[in-house]
Amino acid sequence: MAPEVTLNIRKTFVDRATIAVQLRLPLDPPSVTILFGPSGSGKTTILRCLAGLEQPEEGTISWNGHIWFDAATHVHVPPQARGLGYMAQAYALFPNYTVEGNIAYGLSGLSVQEKKARVNEVLSLLQIKQLAQQKPTQLSGGQQQRVALARAIARRPQLLLLDEPLSALDAPTRTKLCEDLRMLLTRLAIPAVVVTHDWTEALALGDQMAVIDDGRVLQTGKPQEVFSQPVNADVARVVGIETVIQGRVREIRDELATVQVGPVPVFAVASPGLESDVFVCIRAEDVTLELAGSSETSARNHLRGTVQAVTSLGALVRVTIDCGFLLTALVTRSAQSELRLANGSDVRAAFKAGSVHLIPRR
Amino acid sequence: MNWMAIWVTCKLASLTSLALLILGLPIAYWLTYSKWRWKFLIESIVALPLVLPPTVLGFYILITIGPHSPIGRFYTDLVGHPLPFSFQGLLLASILYSLPFAVQPFATAFEQVDRKLIEASWTLGLSKLKTFFRLILPLSTAGLITGVVLSFAHTLGEFGVVLMVGGNIEGITRTVSIEIYDEVQALNYAAAAKTSALLLLVSYAVLLLVYAMNRRVWSVWPQK
Repeated sequence: MAPEVTLNIRKTFVDRATIAVQLRLPLDPPSVTILFGPSGSGKTTILRCLAGLEQPEEGTISWNGHIWFDAATHVHVPPQARGLGYMAQAYALFPNYTVEGNIAYGLSGLSVQEKKARVNEVLSLLQIKQLAQQKPTQLSGGQQQRVALARAIARRPQLLLLDEPLSALDAPTRTKLCEDLRMLLTRLAIPAVVVTHDWTEALALGDQMAVIDDGRVLQTGKPQEVFSQPVNADVARVVGIETVIQGRVREIRDELATVQVGPVPVFAVASPGLESDVFVCIRAEDVTLELAGSSETSARNHLRGTVQAVTSLGALVRVTIDCGFLLTALVTRSAQSELRLANGSDVRAAFKAGSVHLIPRR
Repeated sequence: MNWMAIWVTCKLASLTSLALLILGLPIAYWLTYSKWRWKFLIESIVALPLVLPPTVLGFYILITIGPHSPIGRFYTDLVGHPLPFSFQGLLLASILYSLPFAVQPFATAFEQVDRKLIEASWTLGLSKLKTFFRLILPLSTAGLITGVVLSFAHTLGEFGVVLMVGGNIEGITRTVSIEIYDEVQALNYAAAAKTSALLLLVSYAVLLLVYAMNRRVWSVWPQK
């Protein structure tokens, strides 16, 4: 049996949807699993059950063949014995210790020299050596996040659990630290579970992902696949974007990037210094459809294509167009009849450069 | 001024605070973190001395440790003299009488420690006991000092319980408050006034310390 974490739990709440999930997270090779969902979907509770901070009413949790939790036999391995690196949403740094003290806090098994060496190791890994003697209250949000990460990895955990690792940060810091976090996770080679509600983080960090809503797992798979091929309308609603495709930045001029996606160029707003390999993400509702022969609007991107599929979603219609790559658009029913959209019909898709999100990926 | 009474009072108050620091911590910890549904029963018992007349409390303590009770007999057999009207008996009564003044500030301080910090400590491998000493206790120092100081001050001023359990034995159980009562009974107002003023000053100073500390008028520990 391949080493993995298995989770099959059920937990009921008075004021929220019951959590009933079954998940398998591969441990080898070490990968990053994203628990993705809106707030209140139950993803944090699932993470806390993995950490041993909460107990489900029914079910089992096992790590690499070891039972961590079994409701039937009343087995509950406490969080202390699970060998975890757990990072809570607001970081939970100890205010009475310095940065150094926070990081050394969990290293009680080591000798003084070993402890010092380990603290220095993670301080330099996260580039926070200069903060060693500061107290958490003196740190910025981004610095606190690094300290919390350093503390979580200092014990060399066998599983890293990160609850919304970036959500407490302002947007520019988030983008920067998201890239750093991906590099750190790759370098550490520790299996990780990351809770997030931000699809850019999910795409940038995840190797696989589980979409969670109302306490249930709606879909699992590679983040790119889940985002571009939601299995049903619920997943599409939760993930919010439907076109995610790999591309390569050819050039960036005046913050306008030309990205090669398959055979076609796509224009996107981008800041300089963006890596060449990116995920190109376009929300379905940002794509408008026009008759193939009509005059072009001011949008930067105009792609001719043929309709591959038309799916009714009540008041709206989801249209998949092959325009060199598969692009999903969301249009109203009246637009569908005006444009006479059906399988095989020619159409032109338009979207602004500002609606294209580029997410760097390695 | 009767220095002997002042000495007995200070000794009694110091030992009571010390005992309550040791005894109050586990009680407060249990009251804060226990999920037992009948916890309020114990909470109410701990708070009883706040509302009970000292004479009633003193009466029950006297009965419990007196020579006719098994506890009293056991103690007398063990030590050789009975508990009532001894300093040890008085100390025991004081501890019970001031229990809420220590336990409640301790428990309040523990409650204010963010649950997330405690959980972070657990996931870093520290047992509940180690988490208590390395995280909860250092973050509760203001509450600990408040509890110790309040129980000290409360013991300084106790009267009813002392009279019931300790009696009025010069150098052993005669405290400042009893001394004042005796002076007034003897119409010796000047001596009573002096001792009263001293008790007033000390009590006020102690409360100043507690309130100033909780409002952080000045920094008690150097901010690093």
